[in-house]
Amino acid sequence: MSIGRRTSRRGGASLGQRRAGASAGAARRRRVMLPGLAASAAIAAAVSASADVTFERILHAEREPQNWLSYSGTLSNRRYSLLDQIDIETVKDLELAWVWQARSLEKFEATPLVVDGVLYTVQAPNDVVALDAETGRPFWSYHHEPSPEARLCCGRVNRGLAILGETLYMGTIDAHLVAIDAVSGELVWDAKVADAADRYSITMAPNAIKDKVIIGTAGGDMGIRAHISAFDAETGDEVWRFYTIPAPGEPGNETWSGDSWRTGGAAVWNVAAYDPETNLAFWGTGNPAPDWDGSTRLGDNLYSNSVVALDVDTGELRWYYQFTPHDELDYDSTQVPVLADIDWQGAPRKVMLWANRNGLMYLLDRVTGEFLLGKPFVENNWWAGFDESGRLLRLPGMEVTPEPKVFKPHVHGATNWAPPSFSPRTGLYYVSHWERSSIVGIEGQFPQPAGVNRRQTSMGQINLERFFNDDDEAYGVIRAYDPETLDVVWEHRMADITWAGVLSTAGDVVFGGGREGHFVALDARTGELLWKASLGGQINSAPMTYAVGGRQHVAIAAGNALFVFRLRAPS
Amino acid sequence: MSGGSLRPASRGRTDRRRGPGRRAFASAAAALGALAAAASTAQHSTAFDVESGERAYASACANCHGPDGDLIAGIDFGRGLYRRASSDDEIVGIILNGIPNTPMPPNPGMSEAQALAIVAYLRAMARSSASAELDGDAARGRALVEGKGECLTCHRIGRRGSRAGPSLTRIGTARRAEELKRSLLDPAAEVLPENRSYRVVTREGEAITGRLMNHDTFTVQIITSDEKLRSFRKANLAEHAFAETAMPSYRDTLTAQEIADIVSYLVTLRGEERQ
Repeated sequence: MSIGRRTSRRGGASLGQRRAGASAGAARRRRVMLPGLAASAAIAAAVSASADVTFERILHAEREPQNWLSYSGTLSNRRYSLLDQIDIETVKDLELAWVWQARSLEKFEATPLVVDGVLYTVQAPNDVVALDAETGRPFWSYHHEPSPEARLCCGRVNRGLAILGETLYMGTIDAHLVAIDAVSGELVWDAKVADAADRYSITMAPNAIKDKVIIGTAGGDMGIRAHISAFDAETGDEVWRFYTIPAPGEPGNETWSGDSWRTGGAAVWNVAAYDPETNLAFWGTGNPAPDWDGSTRLGDNLYSNSVVALDVDTGELRWYYQFTPHDELDYDSTQVPVLADIDWQGAPRKVMLWANRNGLMYLLDRVTGEFLLGKPFVENNWWAGFDESGRLLRLPGMEVTPEPKVFKPHVHGATNWAPPSFSPRTGLYYVSHWERSSIVGIEGQFPQPAGVNRRQTSMGQINLERFFNDDDEAYGVIRAYDPETLDVVWEHRMADITWAGVLSTAGDVVFGGGREGHFVALDARTGELLWKASLGGQINSAPMTYAVGGRQHVAIAAGNALFVFRLRAPS
Repeated sequence: MSGGSLRPASRGRTDRRRGPGRRAFASAAAALGALAAAASTAQHSTAFDVESGERAYASACANCHGPDGDLIAGIDFGRGLYRRASSDDEIVGIILNGIPNTPMPPNPGMSEAQALAIVAYLRAMARSSASAELDGDAARGRALVEGKGECLTCHRIGRRGSRAGPSLTRIGTARRAEELKRSLLDPAAEVLPENRSYRVVTREGEAITGRLMNHDTFTVQIITSDEKLRSFRKANLAEHAFAETAMPSYRDTLTAQEIADIVSYLVTLRGEERQ
């Protein structure tokens, strides 16, 4: 999108020439075509706020890059924006536009939505706020009072909203799905997804797909049997439900010994990707429970630690791929699935990219679920390869036992839930993750990560502790990967680890950050650090971008606040 | 609050002095009658303030005063009944400083703005207690609301109607019958702070009227009469000010029975959320 000042430049791309040749050419063509479309959309936004967000708009969100209509910007979860006012040359002129302070000490994980000049986000745990996207001033807030029964493993957090029509949708930590009028902030309906007293919760952003709102349940460490449920967006009636653990008589139930399927977890706590060509949506599933001792749940434990491809009309399972069969290291596969169209072995292929918590990166065919490629992207000391079907193989002796031993990556994983990004311009897959190991032994039902690499700062909002790690332990990185080979193209290394996602843009900028609180802009082609701001609080969220008033903005939550930047106004 | 008595935006600071003189006045006012409290309100409170006040009340006050504000003898916030205070400033003073030798503690960590938000909530609460005896017919009332009364032109019930005016979806939980009747007959007599109309004129000459959502020194946020969330920088406005309510009086267009029917219907509206 072309708004306001832009420069023509870009030289000396230093990433793989082959890749730059193929996809950057296509991107250039798109770039020529887009300004007209985008400019008219921006003008429309200036005169018309809070228009009806049809599914058609969500599906083709790239036609209105001034808006951010779903968790990842588009349903392919690329977290890539066509806005290019902020580019590798102008990014140095970023300045703070406004800050919105949340009245919450919980981790601020939500990605905002922006619809025609109004920004919607969530103050943890479950307050929705509507802000003027240009000034940050509030229009209204909606407060959901969670049941005292709500129990969360890892913070009373929320990762964001969905919008469809004029209605916002939020999952709540007490496992409700609420519909809120996007203009007035008034409750439209409140549907119970599951019972909080049974330790179900919801932390993910819902998906609005066609006429449904689809959401999964968290609580996988607490013995739930998770499910993905679709609700009629208009009425709040449940339309279908898919249990991530099959019941007796259903295929896959035999992968759980005894009655362990009843409490096997396999939670769903991150957003799905949607492919309109196949009408399939893809969710990652969490670890089997109990987490650390698999002796009571012998078998592969389907569909834990998997990606499941469901028909969004019926909830029917079309295919699955299990990343970590019979997991005992809490390697949730609840990362954000990224859909891309790439050249694979000389032919176009519709793929899914997946940097997994288990330390392995995967390339899958998203139409069939076929395993195409997998390899470690961090140090991994238990993986022995894949068999011909793509099933993961373990090194002998690398099972979890009562005797402590070192496992790499750490039980928190190589990456966790922070959203990655894919830029069709550079053709690169951007992932934030970290390198560290842990010693794990079973003690009761809880592992004892001990010894090396525990000295990262604590998880929270504000860094209160000084940092003393050696350079080679427990560090975070933002890396760019070639999706065809899954090889590293560049990296930006951080002293502390990161739970922050990444955003890429048509300005060839990658935005990211980490626990240190530095918000950084990198050259998407080389990884060169172009700009940074210290926000004084941990970044436990992912950046997004939008435009209002003819100016591109970049938003990131850090500490207890949402920070929004834009280019200094021309004098 | 009288719709015609909206005071200029400079009110407030001087009223909020606290000192011996004001305390003496407080005692005298209390002696004159606690119900006088209804004469005052947090003038510039918005829906946002009321909501913020509601939450602050729930965490700081409700433990002793109860969710409905009526657990302490002689005090009933829902009816505007106070023992020792009447003006906003006096209530703010009590919230912040407590009352010595009573169970009412000071709140040293609370800002004056937070205390004012609580007052805004208490004032809204006082207008919302439900009670009435009616001889209207709710079914006929519904037909009037949706038909002859044209109420949905400005108001919303569930997913029908307009958001230009205040929502009626849960009006039965927020307003008493006599208040609803008064709003139908004399809509300007009392307008809740969060429902006030605001009019801006841009430097380009565009005039826009809407319901005030929020404002500050530099900006103002409204829901426009065509149901859009709009924010304006005051520097870009030629004019900006509170406006008369757009609600018409039904005194001459509906009969007393029809008014009673409508009120009977409105008090039944208590939300339709699923549980």
